[in-house]
Amino acid sequence: MNSATAGAVVVGASAGAVEALSTLLPLLPRTFSLPIVIVVHLPADRPSLLTEVFRNKCLLQVEEIEDKVPLQGGTIYFAPPDYHVLIDTGLWFSLDSDVPVMYSRPSIDVLFESAAEVYHERLIGVILSGANHDGAAGLQKIIAAGGRGLIQNQQSAAATTMVQAAAALCPTAEVLSLEQIARVLMEVDQQQ
Amino acid sequence: MKANPVVDTNETIELPLLLEAIFQKYHYDFRGYSQASLKRRMRQALLRFHCDTFSELQSLVIHDERVFPQLLAACTVQVSEFFRDPAYFRAIRELVVPHLKTYPSIKIWVAGCSAGEEAYSLAILCREEGLQKRVLIYATDINPEALSQAQSGVYSLDRLPLYTNNHQLSGAKSSLSNYYTAAYGAAVFDKSLREQIVFSDHSLVSDEVFAEVQFVSCRNVLIYFDRELQNRAIGLFRDALSRKGFLGLGSKETLRFSPHAPYFTEFARDERIYQKQEAL
Repeated sequence: MNSATAGAVVVGASAGAVEALSTLLPLLPRTFSLPIVIVVHLPADRPSLLTEVFRNKCLLQVEEIEDKVPLQGGTIYFAPPDYHVLIDTGLWFSLDSDVPVMYSRPSIDVLFESAAEVYHERLIGVILSGANHDGAAGLQKIIAAGGRGLIQNQQSAAATTMVQAAAALCPTAEVLSLEQIARVLMEVDQQQ
Repeated sequence: MKANPVVDTNETIELPLLLEAIFQKYHYDFRGYSQASLKRRMRQALLRFHCDTFSELQSLVIHDERVFPQLLAACTVQVSEFFRDPAYFRAIRELVVPHLKTYPSIKIWVAGCSAGEEAYSLAILCREEGLQKRVLIYATDINPEALSQAQSGVYSLDRLPLYTNNHQLSGAKSSLSNYYTAAYGAAVFDKSLREQIVFSDHSLVSDEVFAEVQFVSCRNVLIYFDRELQNRAIGLFRDALSRKGFLGLGSKETLRFSPHAPYFTEFARDERIYQKQEAL
């Protein structure tokens, strides 16, 4: 199964990420066919536990990204700590050790921008709970390239700075609960 | 706000032309680099050189030769630390060094050494492990400015607490402060370390193997290459390595997609250290 050419979902989150993702990701069914690429801000100096945590919670395959790995449909990918993640035109991941953007490496903006250039209107960007402004500019680029922007509503977000910043910069993005976000993703997936 | 697909399309035309111009004029070949991250850095260069388009930057870099050295620095990522990823250096110390000790003379190649942090780290590690009399480290890079900084052995003092901590976590047998002198906000590393290292200009894109070595360390360099160029570089490492030699990569780099993979075994899996196998 490889629906990575059909489109993709990119997700950015920071403080409160694990809670939000723990609600959102288990709602996606085994048949979900798009790749889901997730940047969570993490400490740089230790291995990430996200892959293990979510492997036990999700019906979909969960992987940590390595350099030049091709995107596969129906797989959840987490950015590794201390690297930016970009998507190259051949639909594989490229890692980058360039300086942090907004104190963050991985940076949500860097992933979103590169994904927008590859996927154009076949991309959904999702901004979840977080305590800084990363992701807003990236989401704006996704929408400008014809993609769709989804933002977690403030009521359900543990930290609201990130969703507020994204909503301010992207007035056409849809502000939704985590359950509604899952529903939109499934609808879009079924239209593929 | 609707997309401006024209910009995208134009850049898709312009970026390869800019890289071709750089190659023809200055003989630096970025044509096989990962496009996504190179494009990102080139866009930052547009801001720096006050250009609106890659075409404008192309014209500037062709006609003003003072621009190229700065653009070269912008094209290549120069982010490193002493003992970056301490677990990697610990694995070298505990697992690779016992093998290296069996050789009467040991050659190590740090490919893509940038400003030299890793080369000095390995020189310090070798000294702590009692190998200094037998070790020669080749440290290569394409960027002459980075090489001359590496050669000077001078680093900003404010990063030393991080480096000291990394060093300790790597299983240090001495204190990092034994190897540098602090002066005027800078740490000047010991001349005797430099004597074990040969810094030189070498391109993984266009140059060939220059020596037989027992250990190649090439970390977070291949991530900037596309797959074809990665394969070329890994082929060079394979040719340069002696029988049962070691190859260390960055913590998220893998040989899995390389046609050279069958010629290597995973030696320290988590630390991405591979060992060259006998011919198949």
